[in-house]
Amino acid sequence: MPKRSYNKTPMREQAPEVRQHNFKEVALGYNLQEGQLEASRCLQCKDAPCILHCPVMIDIPGFIKQIKEDDMEGARKVLNRYTNLPAICGRVCPQEKQCEMVCRLGQSKKFEPVAIGKLERLVADWSLEHPEESIEITHDKGKVAIIGSGPSGLTAAGDLAKLGYEVVVFEALQTAGGVLTYGIPEFRLPKQIVQKEIDQIVAQGVKIETDMVVGKTITMDEIMEDFDACYIGVGAGTPHFMGIPGTDLTGVYASSEYLTRINLMHGYEFPHYDTPLQPAKNVVVIGGGNVAMDSARSAKRLGAETVTVLYRRSQEELPARVEEYHHSVEEDIQYNWLTSPVEYIAGDHGQLVGVKCIRMKLGEPDESGRRRPLPIAGSEFVVPADTAIEAIGQGANRVMLDTFPELATNRWGYVQADENTCATSVPGIFAGGDIVTGAATVILAMGAGKIAAKEIDQYVQNKQVTTTV
Amino acid sequence: MFKITERTALTDNEYQIWLEAPRIATKAQPGQFIILRIDEQGERIPLTICEADASAGKLRIIFQVIGKSTAQLAQVKTGMSLLDVVGPLGKPTEIKNYGTVMLVGGGVGIAALFPIVKGLKQAGNRVITIIGAKSKNLLILQEECAKYSDELILVTDDGSLGRKGLVTEAMADVLQREPINQAWAIGPSIMMKFCTKVATQFNVPIYVSLNPIMVDGTGMCGGCRVTIGEKIKFACVDGPEFLGAEVDWDGFIQRMRQYHPEEVTAYQAYQVKQVH
Repeated sequence: MPKRSYNKTPMREQAPEVRQHNFKEVALGYNLQEGQLEASRCLQCKDAPCILHCPVMIDIPGFIKQIKEDDMEGARKVLNRYTNLPAICGRVCPQEKQCEMVCRLGQSKKFEPVAIGKLERLVADWSLEHPEESIEITHDKGKVAIIGSGPSGLTAAGDLAKLGYEVVVFEALQTAGGVLTYGIPEFRLPKQIVQKEIDQIVAQGVKIETDMVVGKTITMDEIMEDFDACYIGVGAGTPHFMGIPGTDLTGVYASSEYLTRINLMHGYEFPHYDTPLQPAKNVVVIGGGNVAMDSARSAKRLGAETVTVLYRRSQEELPARVEEYHHSVEEDIQYNWLTSPVEYIAGDHGQLVGVKCIRMKLGEPDESGRRRPLPIAGSEFVVPADTAIEAIGQGANRVMLDTFPELATNRWGYVQADENTCATSVPGIFAGGDIVTGAATVILAMGAGKIAAKEIDQYVQNKQVTTTV
Repeated sequence: MFKITERTALTDNEYQIWLEAPRIATKAQPGQFIILRIDEQGERIPLTICEADASAGKLRIIFQVIGKSTAQLAQVKTGMSLLDVVGPLGKPTEIKNYGTVMLVGGGVGIAALFPIVKGLKQAGNRVITIIGAKSKNLLILQEECAKYSDELILVTDDGSLGRKGLVTEAMADVLQREPINQAWAIGPSIMMKFCTKVATQFNVPIYVSLNPIMVDGTGMCGGCRVTIGEKIKFACVDGPEFLGAEVDWDGFIQRMRQYHPEEVTAYQAYQVKQVH
C-alpha cells in the first residue's frame, strides 16, 4: 500500500491556451487508476462528517470503498440510492463548501481533503457508459405533476417514478434541464452529459413535456384537476438589472440572456445555428458569482481580446467556486476588485463604448455578515467596453405565480414552503429549489426535490386512505 | 411537433400559416403571441397570434419575410411540422367597452391588430379602423377588418387604394371629427412612434404593441427589455402592449437594430444555400 499522498490526485485538464478557444470540457476526469489512487486516500470514517454535509446525504465512504475495491457496479449502486444526477453534481457542486469542507483527512494541516466530487464524477461517467438494464416499474400509485425540469424537478421526478408514480414534467423551454441546459456552459458541464442523465430519468418512466409554460399553456387549475399532487421547481430565473444609466444600450446584456444565447441556442456556432451574438473585443462582466465566471470565460472563448470582471467587494468575499476562479485566471480573465459600475457610456449609435466605474472600500459587516462595500467619492474611472454583462443575480419569475394567487409568497416574491416538507400554503402543492430559497446551488435544489418526493408520496398515500375510508 | 395545415402567400413577401397547436388555441386571447422554432438549428422568433380556432385546435399566423428564419418559414409546406411552438405569451389586450375606439395598423402589423379589432367590436365598441401599406397589393386583411369595423379607412403610400399618404394623416382627420376614447397602433416602430404623437396631441390614450428582439419570451433573459416611463420592463411578460406616450422610442429603435449585421449574414448564407 503506497503512502497516503498529501495532495488530491490531480485531474488532467485542457491547457489554458488551448481551451480559451473552445467550448469543450476543461476538466478531463479521472481514469480508473487515478480514481483508485484517490479513493485510497479516504480514511473510511465510521461517523463520516462528509455525509452530513452533502445535501442529499450520499454514503460517501461507501461508494469510495467500492471504487478502491475495483467494484464500479457497486459504487454506482450506492450513488443511485441517493442521487439522480451524479455526473452533474460531481462537476458543479461547490464541494469545498460541502462534503470536502469537513473531510477528516483535510482537517489535518498537511493533507488536502479527499476529492469527493471528482470521484463521484468518475463513477457517474462510468455509469453513463455502462447503462443498467432498465427495471420495469409499474406506475400505479398516483399521478404527480412537476413544474420545471431543472435539477430540483428532475430529482423529484426520478424519485417519484422509482416509488411507482406516473410523473409528468412540464418545461417551458424546448429542452429539459433548466440551468444545467441554458446556464452552466459546455466547458464546465457538457450538454451531452446532462442529456444522458435526463434520458436515464426518462427511462424510469418520467414523461417530459417541453414548450409548456404553466400559467399560460396550461393552468394550475387544470394541473390540480388531473394530478394527485404537484411539485413546483421553477427556479429563480428572472434577471435583475442594476438600473444604472445606459442599461438600454446595445451591447449590455443580463448574463441570463448571454448564457442562454450561448448554451441553449448554440450562439457560438452562428450561423450554423440561427441565434446570433454580437462580436466583442472588450468585455466587462459585473458580479462575482459562478454566473459571472461562466459569462467571462464564455466571452473569452467567443474571441474577446480583454475580459474584465468588476466585483464590488474583494477577492476574499468572491462567492464563486475557487476552482472556477483559478480556471478563469489561467484563461487570462482580468479582475477589478472593489469596483462598481455607475454608468454605461454610449457611442454615436446607442452602442456601449465604456463602463464608468467607481472604487469601493469595505465598511461594517451587513446582515449577511460580509463587509458592506461603500463608494469612494471622486474615484470614478472608465473601462473601455463594447459588451457588458450583468451577473448580479436573479429573482422569481412571476409568469406562473401571477396566475395562481392562492399560493403564498414571501416579500421577495419566492414561494413560501416548509423547509422540512416542501409543503406550500395549498394542500397537495409542494415547492422547492431556487423558487423557495432564491438563487442557490444545484445540489440544494436536488436536496429539496428528494424531500418533496418523499413528502408527496406520503401525502398521496394518506389522501388515498382517506378517500377509501 | 406542430403540424402546418395551410400555407398561403398573401403578398409578394407576406405569408399566412395555419398550424395545429390545440392547447395554445384554447387559451389565446387578442394581443398575445407565440414563440416558434422551425428546426434543431433554429432560433426562437416571436409572432403575434392573428386568429385562434379553439374548436379546430389551430392558430393563424401572418408574417413578412425579413430574414433567414422568416424566409425559411415561408418555404414550409402543408403537412410539415414546426419543432417548437410556445404560447400564448404576453399579456392580453384589455378588451372591454370603451365607447369609440380607433385602431391603426401598418404593413404586417395589421395581422397583429386584427384580433384586437375583432375583440373590441365583439365587446360592443364603435370601432374605427385605419389600415395602411405601401401600395394596394400589400394591404392585407381588408375584408376581415371591414367585417368587425364600423368604419374602415384604407391608406396607401402611393394612392393605389384608398387615401394616399400616411395613416397618421387619416388619424388626425378622425380625431378632429369626433371624440375617441381609446386608441391602438401596431406596425413598424417609426409608425407607432408618430401615431403616438398624433393621438397625444388630441389627448387620446394610445396603446402600441412592441416587437423587440426576444429569446425565451417568458421573462427569463431580459433581451426584450424596454424603457417604459423610465422603468425597465420586459416586453414578453409585462407587454407587449404599452402606452405609447411612455415608451422611450429612440432606445427601443436602437435596440431593434442590434443584430443587423448578423441578420444580413444569416440571410445571405441561407439564400446562397437555397440556390445551390
